[in-house]
Amino acid sequence: MSGMLQVEVWRGAAAGKFQTFAIQRREHQTILDVVTEIQREHDATLSYRFACRVGMCGSCAMVVNGRPRWTCRTRVREVVGGGERLRLEPLRNFTVVKDLAVEMTQFFDKWKAAHGYFEPGREPAADFAVVPPASPQRQAADAGIECIGCGVCYSACDVVSWDRDYLGPAALNRAWTLINDVRDRDATRLSAVGGSDGCQACHTHMSCTSFCPKAIAPTYAIAGLKRAVLRRAWRGTS
Amino acid sequence: MTAILFLAQRATAFVLAAAVAIHLGTILYATRADLTAADILARTHGNLWFLLVYVAFVLAVAIHAPIGLRNVLREWTFWRGRSLDFALALFSLLLLALGLRAVLAVYGA
Repeated sequence: MSGMLQVEVWRGAAAGKFQTFAIQRREHQTILDVVTEIQREHDATLSYRFACRVGMCGSCAMVVNGRPRWTCRTRVREVVGGGERLRLEPLRNFTVVKDLAVEMTQFFDKWKAAHGYFEPGREPAADFAVVPPASPQRQAADAGIECIGCGVCYSACDVVSWDRDYLGPAALNRAWTLINDVRDRDATRLSAVGGSDGCQACHTHMSCTSFCPKAIAPTYAIAGLKRAVLRRAWRGTS
Repeated sequence: MTAILFLAQRATAFVLAAAVAIHLGTILYATRADLTAADILARTHGNLWFLLVYVAFVLAVAIHAPIGLRNVLREWTFWRGRSLDFALALFSLLLLALGLRAVLAVYGA
């Protein structure tokens, strides 16, 4: 692998401009490797975020050549092919702190608003819960449980860009896993996700599902929430 | 509340699918058969089937359209809350009044 990459990197916050760096192409080079090389060898003031480098922490997501991706597990070759141009931007739908680093507070506040946390109930369980792995509820929970909170789905979602109050795919996916967790005791989660900014606002564009680096399908989780909210409304218990 | 609106919009979509098909079919029949306005009115006056289908059509429109418009306005503008809901309730009543007036006129009531 030889040649140079022309890497355009967003510099600034909401206002800013692209700065171009020439970076050596290397075998098996990831996008995160490129960003790290820019920061270490070319411009130490470049701001970006990463931690684990192995696709577990969900902190290195960026928009790469127009598509949101986890950069530690994305090879340059996958994105540019035989080309040489790379364009790196901060995640869409987030407030940019500086360069490639975004503010995640609103994203995680929405997890809280969607009751995206396990609720054990007032009294601790008297015994271990028996959860058959093959049960439909556990299967539904398992389908979305591996979310790493990277924000790729939130960045890809058009509804979030139109309606800044929309809870977003990640928070709704988390709510769906918890609704299907037989140990959870939250009786108000469906109300939390059934409002005007909740699951019914989803347009089923499936951008979240097509871009999720963990191959989770938040669209189906949201569809499950829609059904559950409608069932409850139909029974008159909303 | 949102779940009820969601359900109402989907349910009325089913009614509209049938009503629009009947409406278009009627238009095609009327134009291909070279019917005049008088011919059409002669067929619709006192026709209970016409009345039932078109009242259902108007009711479905008056429910379906304001809910859709509410979603569009919420996504594309900053208009939210009770004032938006109130304005769209008025819009619904307007559609209902204009639609029923037209249907009753063609029915000949």
